[in-house]
Amino acid sequence: MEDVAVKAEGISKAYNGHRVLENISFQIEKGEVFGFIGPDGAGKTTLFRILSSLILPEKGEAFVYGLNVVDKYRDVRNITGYVAERFSLYRDLTVEENIRFFATVFGTTLSENYDLIKDVYRNLEPFKNRRAGRLSGGMKQKLALCRALIHRPQILLLDESTTGVDAVSRREFWEMLHKLKAGGMTIALTTSYMDEAAKCDRVALLYNGRIMKTGSPDGIADSFGLDLIQVRSQRLYAVKKELEKLPSAPSVSLFGDSVHVISGEKGLSLEDIEGFLKKRGFEDTQVERSRPGIEDCFLALSRGYKKKGTDGEGY
Amino acid sequence: MKRFAGFVIKEFLHIFRDYRTMVILFGIPVAQILIFGFVITNEIRDVDLAVLDMSRDEETRGITERVEASGYFTIQKRLESPGEIEAVLRSGTARAVIVFGQRFAERLPGEDKAQIQIVADASDPNTATLVTNYLNAIFTSYEMELVKPSPVPHLIETQERMVYNPNMEGVYMFVPGTMAMILMLICAMMTSITIAREKETGTMETLLVSPLRPFQIIAGKITPYIVLSFINAITILLLSYFVFGLPVHGSLVLLLAQCLLYTVMALSLGILISTVSNNQVTAMMISMFTLMIPTILLSGFIYPVENMPPLLQWLSYIMPPRYFIEIIKNIMIKGTGILFVWQQTLVIAAMTVVFVGASVLNFKVRLE
Repeated sequence: MEDVAVKAEGISKAYNGHRVLENISFQIEKGEVFGFIGPDGAGKTTLFRILSSLILPEKGEAFVYGLNVVDKYRDVRNITGYVAERFSLYRDLTVEENIRFFATVFGTTLSENYDLIKDVYRNLEPFKNRRAGRLSGGMKQKLALCRALIHRPQILLLDESTTGVDAVSRREFWEMLHKLKAGGMTIALTTSYMDEAAKCDRVALLYNGRIMKTGSPDGIADSFGLDLIQVRSQRLYAVKKELEKLPSAPSVSLFGDSVHVISGEKGLSLEDIEGFLKKRGFEDTQVERSRPGIEDCFLALSRGYKKKGTDGEGY
Repeated sequence: MKRFAGFVIKEFLHIFRDYRTMVILFGIPVAQILIFGFVITNEIRDVDLAVLDMSRDEETRGITERVEASGYFTIQKRLESPGEIEAVLRSGTARAVIVFGQRFAERLPGEDKAQIQIVADASDPNTATLVTNYLNAIFTSYEMELVKPSPVPHLIETQERMVYNPNMEGVYMFVPGTMAMILMLICAMMTSITIAREKETGTMETLLVSPLRPFQIIAGKITPYIVLSFINAITILLLSYFVFGLPVHGSLVLLLAQCLLYTVMALSLGILISTVSNNQVTAMMISMFTLMIPTILLSGFIYPVENMPPLLQWLSYIMPPRYFIEIIKNIMIKGTGILFVWQQTLVIAAMTVVFVGASVLNFKVRLE
């Protein structure tokens, strides 16, 4: 139990009769980077607001470092650095004013915790007299992270922190997170970027308010036992359109330079697909089996993919 | 304490950064006091009249001259026949017509009374009433002079003396009222909006996850506005003194202390409003409808409370401005001390306690 940073047991939550979270249970270990992946509306934000004590769960209990988020919400708030999905700092105050204000509010100063935030703050320093509302998306995110770190929390809760942030800023952001992890901080985050899921120690797939799977990114991908066929062609989009007509391929998606086909219960062979495409005049296709990534699992999941023999828990 | 100071500094930064807030805070009070000062008035000046004189004798000429000389009226037209009366009133050439009966001077000394008729345009009842009252006063004084030399004196002579406001100036009425209204609006509306804005922009979420307690957030929000509203109260007093010549007969310290108390009351009401509204528009609407209109209509600012139907009179008892206006009138105009207004002061103080208490209790430490 000493290694557990967050423990959730059977959390449920509904808004106006609409179920947002359904019997969510998980554990996050101390010093872990734990990601919640799910499409919009999966319940990620609601879950993080419950963990940060901002809303009450309807059923179930959650503990952060052993503190119940309902009864001990003050203590939870003191050890938690929560970054909301929406930029929630003062847009009309400058970068420096924001940081100083929140430092005083948390009973500390910028210089006291400078060592912790210096990596992020260094990037912000050239803009310290700029109003927060005029920062770019990446800068805003860094400022929000600085704010969340100002009181040396033991756990960071980051809700969609990299959404709408450019690739370079995202990479810097992740470097920062890994440094914080190395310093012993627990980090829980939500994301809808699949490449970020792969950077987590463990992930949980959240879909329609339920946790579908928990495990290491690779482990999850493997455990799905997806039968993935990758199709390359010069005319990717047209190929995708055609493949969608295949009755036995429930999931067809366009990935950068190829089309991923996941075969259904009946199974598809490489020859089936090659033949199918050839008949429709696609000559230049390369068809091969491939190892599914977490994104494939996720897409399959969100399209209601079912396969016998996989872990049927929850769906 | 350091947290509190940090919060207050932040609030001041918000206020000074947003020029619209500054305009609302300082521009509107000045504009309102000036507008009310020059527009709301019970005095009449240069009202257009017409005269139908069917006698054309010495007395009727004397009265007509007296009316003209008063400065309140201008005689626009002399009519020839009663048939013209309707036309001048309808066209707006005159607001009222004085009609002298036939053989006016002849009838004056005798039993057969001389007759004057006032036909007033009552489509604007206030002006019509004022005009007839002023004219009556002129006629009465003329009559008094006529009968003085006669051996039979009038048995009752009314002497009017208007105490506290000898010249019946409107400024005595509107300054306390405007002050009550402006402080109420500015304080309550501004605080309710500023808290609602934190909710709207999501910064409340960040404040909530901080170790700040509800009371600290509320106190930090109120303090800057106390300072600014107090400056407003002083501005209003200075304006009414220098522009409208309204004196302060009572203790200035007591007056300012009362303003301060009223300000805190209005601010805590604003906080209470913000705890039930989730965005700035709602906060503003609630402030407008629950504060501004009742303040103007039910506090006795414009319409006397005594003339209201019983239900509205009861309602006016829960209107804080009602008490504040009484206090201000007592201190400024009558020059009385705390002994005469302690009850009203106590009512406002009690309201403040209730509002602050309700706000702290109603303040949500979570998002729902």
